[in-house]
Amino acid sequence: MITYESVTKIFGTGRDAVTALDNVSFTIPKGEIVVFLGPSGCGKTTTLRLTNRLETLTRGNITIEDQNIMDMDVVELRQRLGYVIQAIGLFPNKTIAENIAVVPKLLGWDKKRIWERVDELLRMTNLEPELYRDRFPAELSGGQQQRVGVARGLAADPDILLMDEPFGAIDPINREQIQNEFLKLQAKLKKTIAFVSHDIHEAIKMGDHIALFDRGRLIQYETPEVILTQPKNKFVADFVGADRALKVLGLMKVSDVINRKPKNILRGEDDAREALKFLDEKGFRYGIVIEQDRPIGYVNQKMLKYESGPVREFVEPFPLFLKERTSLRDVLSFMLMYDEVTLCAVDEDGRFGGTVTYNDIQKVVRESYADEAESREDEVSP
Amino acid sequence: MLDNSAQVFFLSWEHIWIVGLSLLIATPIGVPLGILITRHEQFASRVLGGANILMTVPSIALFGLMLPILSVFDMGLGKVPAVIALVLYSQLPIIRNTYTAIRNVPPSLVDAARGMGMDKWKRLREVEIPLATPVIIAGLRTAAVMNIGIAAIAAYIGSGGLGVYIQQGIERVYPEMILSGAILVSILAVIVDGAMAALEKAVTPEGIKVQRRLMR
Repeated sequence: MITYESVTKIFGTGRDAVTALDNVSFTIPKGEIVVFLGPSGCGKTTTLRLTNRLETLTRGNITIEDQNIMDMDVVELRQRLGYVIQAIGLFPNKTIAENIAVVPKLLGWDKKRIWERVDELLRMTNLEPELYRDRFPAELSGGQQQRVGVARGLAADPDILLMDEPFGAIDPINREQIQNEFLKLQAKLKKTIAFVSHDIHEAIKMGDHIALFDRGRLIQYETPEVILTQPKNKFVADFVGADRALKVLGLMKVSDVINRKPKNILRGEDDAREALKFLDEKGFRYGIVIEQDRPIGYVNQKMLKYESGPVREFVEPFPLFLKERTSLRDVLSFMLMYDEVTLCAVDEDGRFGGTVTYNDIQKVVRESYADEAESREDEVSP
Repeated sequence: MLDNSAQVFFLSWEHIWIVGLSLLIATPIGVPLGILITRHEQFASRVLGGANILMTVPSIALFGLMLPILSVFDMGLGKVPAVIALVLYSQLPIIRNTYTAIRNVPPSLVDAARGMGMDKWKRLREVEIPLATPVIIAGLRTAAVMNIGIAAIAAYIGSGGLGVYIQQGIERVYPEMILSGAILVSILAVIVDGAMAALEKAVTPEGIKVQRRLMR
């Protein structure tokens, strides 16, 4: 746990004084990732650098596990906090193994333990130890270098990680991948992480909480969902972007809106005339045809008219199936691409799990913003 | 010249000895001074300015200036003032290169080192000095080549070395002697330059070499 209490940082003195951070207070709970987000010069990096005393506090307190950082030895403090920065922070004169071993070596671990730990970390970050141990940073791709950067931060198994735009210098495809890997790792390791980013997408994806900064002030400190659906003021709403409804969908999964027991279900062997009658009576525009637990497609009135025989012969197959984990943003995109208003979710074996309709998606978005009108009115200026 | 091969070898050796000794003294003064002024920027311009002024004093004038002072210790002539002069002249390239090299270590690396809890000595030893070494050696290389030339002039105050041929050749109006002295000094400079270049390469950290190769 890291607690920031009325933290203020002023650079320079007298007339040149610049207030980089103004009376910021919040807490990073144990085991969570908190993303410090904001435009450049907003104070997010300063907050991080105050934490390991790369900058010195002007006023206020920062405590780590209830211990004031100003009472700790600065070198010990830094060795206790894992520090990950962009790939350019790897030492070019040291091998990958030596880079990772920096903090364990400073802590005086014995050689055997260091090398075992290095190999363990390389495997953890998906780098083959035999291949990469003795290479130099220049020989690795940007994504690989960043993995080494993460491994280096984790080397001495710190409870707390400070990450300064760690994935900022990587191309979008690799960034996506390394973010996923990192989240998987975090699910196991449960570190307390302060993570600086200027990218709203990254913040939504990585953060358990987001601390949104602007001009040295903490504007809003909330979960990504709340930031997206209840932005505190115009700055937050603008920063989050006009497409925040889509971003909310990016956070939600098929499992959040799925209809597990839809009423418009037909079986493959049902007769077409019976099926047509069923649809007409119940007022359904289409029916989902299921055979042996598997959705094989859908039929509507037009397809069944004047036909007889089992419905399976008239079925229009679905262009694709969803998984429970698919994000609603992707679902919406599929619907637009394939011009479908209903898609089916299936489990790992292809068995029917439920349906997601365009209306369901619209409804959750509307619900998310239902209370926005009110919260906008009692907006408090900071 | 061939008839005097023993003498040529002796004078060459003497020449190398003067230059080598001056570098051995100059390095432990210049390198720490160069590092020191990266830590205390306010002195940087003054120290570099001072070294620059030293550089502009003509060598003959410097020998003349030192003569009355060193005479007090009965060392006004010979190798002592020669070595002192060379040490002084070496300071500019050594200090300047050290200062530039340390300052050019990327700030992100210094930050990373600090953030991981290296104290300033560890930072110097593990990051800054290894990365700066090639440029520092390049400074020594400049100083060495320059000093070979200046040491030739020091023959006038009786320091010995290959300058003796030039000096005596001028006095006796013996062009062949002047020429052979000049050629020998030049050859020596070329050899030393080559050797220092090899040293520069040898001390470049492996990782940096790899980086340079891949950047090309």
